[in-house]
Amino acid sequence: MVATLPLEGIRVVDLTVVWAGPTVTMILGDLGAQVIRVESRHHPPGSTRGILPPPPKEAVPRLGNIARCYVNLDPGERPWNRHAMFNWHGRNKLSMTLEIDGPRGMEVFRRLVEISDVLVENNAAGLVERLGIDYPVLSAWNPRLIMLRMPPFGLNGPYKYFQGFGSTVEAVAGFVWIRHYPDSDPASATPTFHMDAASGGAGAFAVLAALHYRNRTGRGMLIDLAQAENMVQHIGEIILDYTMNGRVQGSFGNRHPTAAPHGVYRCQGEDRWVAISVFTDGQFVALCRAMGRPELAADPRFSTQEGRYAHQDELDQIIQSWTITRAPREVFETLQAAGVPAGPVMTEADVYADPHVRARNWFKEMTHPECGTHEYPGHLWRQSEVPLKFETPSPCLGEHNEYVYKGLLGYSDADYEEFVRLGHIGPDYVFPQRTPAR
Amino acid sequence: MDGQVLNDIRVIDLTHHVAGPYCTKLFADFGADVIKVERPGTGDPARWFGPFPGDKPHPEKSGLFLFLNTNKRSITLNLKSETGRKILLELVKTADILVENFSPRVMPSLGLSYEELRKVNPRLVMTSISNFGQTGPYRDFKASDLVLYAMGGAMSSTGLPDREPIRMPGHVIQYQAGTMAAAATMGAFLVARYQGVGQHVDVSIFETQLGSSDRRTTFLLGYQYHGLSAVRESPTGVPVGGIYPCADGYVAFLSVPAMLPRFLDMIGRPDLITDPHFASPTALLSPETKEFIHELLLPWLLARTRYQVMAEAQRARFPGMVVLSPGDLLHDPHFEARGFWVEISHPVAGTIKYPGPPFRMSEAGWQVRRPAPLLGEHNEEVYCGELGYSPADLDKLRERGII
Repeated sequence: MVATLPLEGIRVVDLTVVWAGPTVTMILGDLGAQVIRVESRHHPPGSTRGILPPPPKEAVPRLGNIARCYVNLDPGERPWNRHAMFNWHGRNKLSMTLEIDGPRGMEVFRRLVEISDVLVENNAAGLVERLGIDYPVLSAWNPRLIMLRMPPFGLNGPYKYFQGFGSTVEAVAGFVWIRHYPDSDPASATPTFHMDAASGGAGAFAVLAALHYRNRTGRGMLIDLAQAENMVQHIGEIILDYTMNGRVQGSFGNRHPTAAPHGVYRCQGEDRWVAISVFTDGQFVALCRAMGRPELAADPRFSTQEGRYAHQDELDQIIQSWTITRAPREVFETLQAAGVPAGPVMTEADVYADPHVRARNWFKEMTHPECGTHEYPGHLWRQSEVPLKFETPSPCLGEHNEYVYKGLLGYSDADYEEFVRLGHIGPDYVFPQRTPAR
Repeated sequence: MDGQVLNDIRVIDLTHHVAGPYCTKLFADFGADVIKVERPGTGDPARWFGPFPGDKPHPEKSGLFLFLNTNKRSITLNLKSETGRKILLELVKTADILVENFSPRVMPSLGLSYEELRKVNPRLVMTSISNFGQTGPYRDFKASDLVLYAMGGAMSSTGLPDREPIRMPGHVIQYQAGTMAAAATMGAFLVARYQGVGQHVDVSIFETQLGSSDRRTTFLLGYQYHGLSAVRESPTGVPVGGIYPCADGYVAFLSVPAMLPRFLDMIGRPDLITDPHFASPTALLSPETKEFIHELLLPWLLARTRYQVMAEAQRARFPGMVVLSPGDLLHDPHFEARGFWVEISHPVAGTIKYPGPPFRMSEAGWQVRRPAPLLGEHNEEVYCGELGYSPADLDKLRERGII
């Protein structure tokens, strides 16, 4: 029997921004759902299709890791179609443009919601309420609708309307406190976005569970995924250390609470590093042999886990004096052959060259009409019977307006022309003189 | 309908440590019947990882285990014995899902490969979580949170430019993989339940990092787009980004250029919107303007507590927030008001506060039905009550070290 993907025939209204919400809808699309991004031309989100307003071309090379990610560092004619922070997660999705709060906007939006199964949103707090499209309204239109909302702090409580990105919500959720340089203060923590990384899988799991429930009951539901709460789950045992013992854990940096050696070691070359984690006596013996220093394993300072832990500064120096003359890949291969957990700190260039990534064909080549042909990040898992979908690249802004307005929602050519005239439809963002954040 | 969204699903849980157990915890907490199959005698090694109350190791008191195994039932079974294998196959016949996170050689070596399992239950979803996946040259390599983040994640660009790369804390890389495995398993379950076709799901923790929304995917595609790998950089963000000290602790900011008016509103200087430092996008991105902004911001911060800063930032709708320690979090008014922390009573470990639901459903959602199980707590219930073994059979199996 030939099976199909589980979400064939499921339609998702995608009102997501930045990374967390789009990861959810990406996964739903991978599983076969038709995902329709509903995008505003007149109120573009500040950090979704690149950072807006777009930078002048000459400024791009000076921008940070994220902001600069245009094709050939060139924002081009339509920068919002050329940025990696959007184009990695847009696969399989369609894009329509619509001003929900513009003339006839609500009518169009309602038609779409009525024929859809799922709506996902993670907008700035309060936007959904201001537009008048919260769950009571939508479920009256379509009682089978599953609405996933992903506010940073949830739909109630004192921080309900608080604004945050992954890196600031992480600060509230306790992460900055436990992941800065341990010999420095929390200000040494540079931004990470575990919130977004954690929310994507959790949001997709939530929607899939709700779809199963709908199959059994015929009813949709509202899901409140407070992203801060979801990520606190990921440090459950650190929370329990406090609730059991009153102990506030600090940062271990690259070290481990009980095992040593455990860290990154400088290798030959510019900014090259290898990570090594030793958990057992056997692994330590293997490490010492691999370094050509078998006598260290018998050294009373290092022969037990407690001893290694107490003397890890010395151990780290010894190990680094060995790694510093070697390439990370050489250390990695030597240690893995000896059964020691180790791996190079891999740059993006390293990942594209990695034999394991290649052997598993993780990247997928795709041609995007305004970006050219590139290898795109692949799927988050594999399955044996029905392969996950990767059929189209990220949609250009409004690329599927004709299909959605006419084909799906049944509007006539005359209506379509009117929507163009009313400003709903078009391939460009419309920037006011100075963009006030909405 | 009474009950929970997943209360018609049975999961056989052969997982241990973090990634696998977190995947099955999500199923259990939303209603699935999760039967955790543990090694007789010692059980899941996570039982021996802390934190422990008073730092005294005890297999029923590990904070890590207690958190990761709520709502599950525990049976013991020696999978290396032929009888143990047969009993497992009996269980597999009754199940929708089996999740395991052994290294990839283990299940086939036990005669429990997907091919074997599907013979007894063609509708089974088998999810295998491993460091590097079920195939490929690194299949059998050893790893840790640190190693997986170093290789798969954005570690090369995490940390300060003049320092070593720095990892994510605790076990979050494995939690992230467990979350993704839950989504993957749920998708495959829908195919099995509604189309009658089972499936083997291969979750590589390494690939969940390569595909992580925490910057890595953007940087990977960025490399394709412009040929540059990401570097460790001082916090960016215009007008401001990063962690800053204030009167009684630290606060976090991140913003995009369009938020400049809100920033100026926050610090009470909306008049500066016409200042030449902000006159053009190029001026706004210049080092001089960054310096100018810091001179405005730092004294303002040092005159305020972290909660005052957050209140002012949010009044102006600017993304500024408090930096909380895991201890502070338990006393923060928001999480308290949402009722996020839940007390769970365990017969050996006692009553402890745990983090609550990862998300809330308007009906049939997250619930604590039982605390983490004692080792083998449900042997009789499962073997006698559900598989039809007699108490005498159970004694024999016990004597032979099978349970």
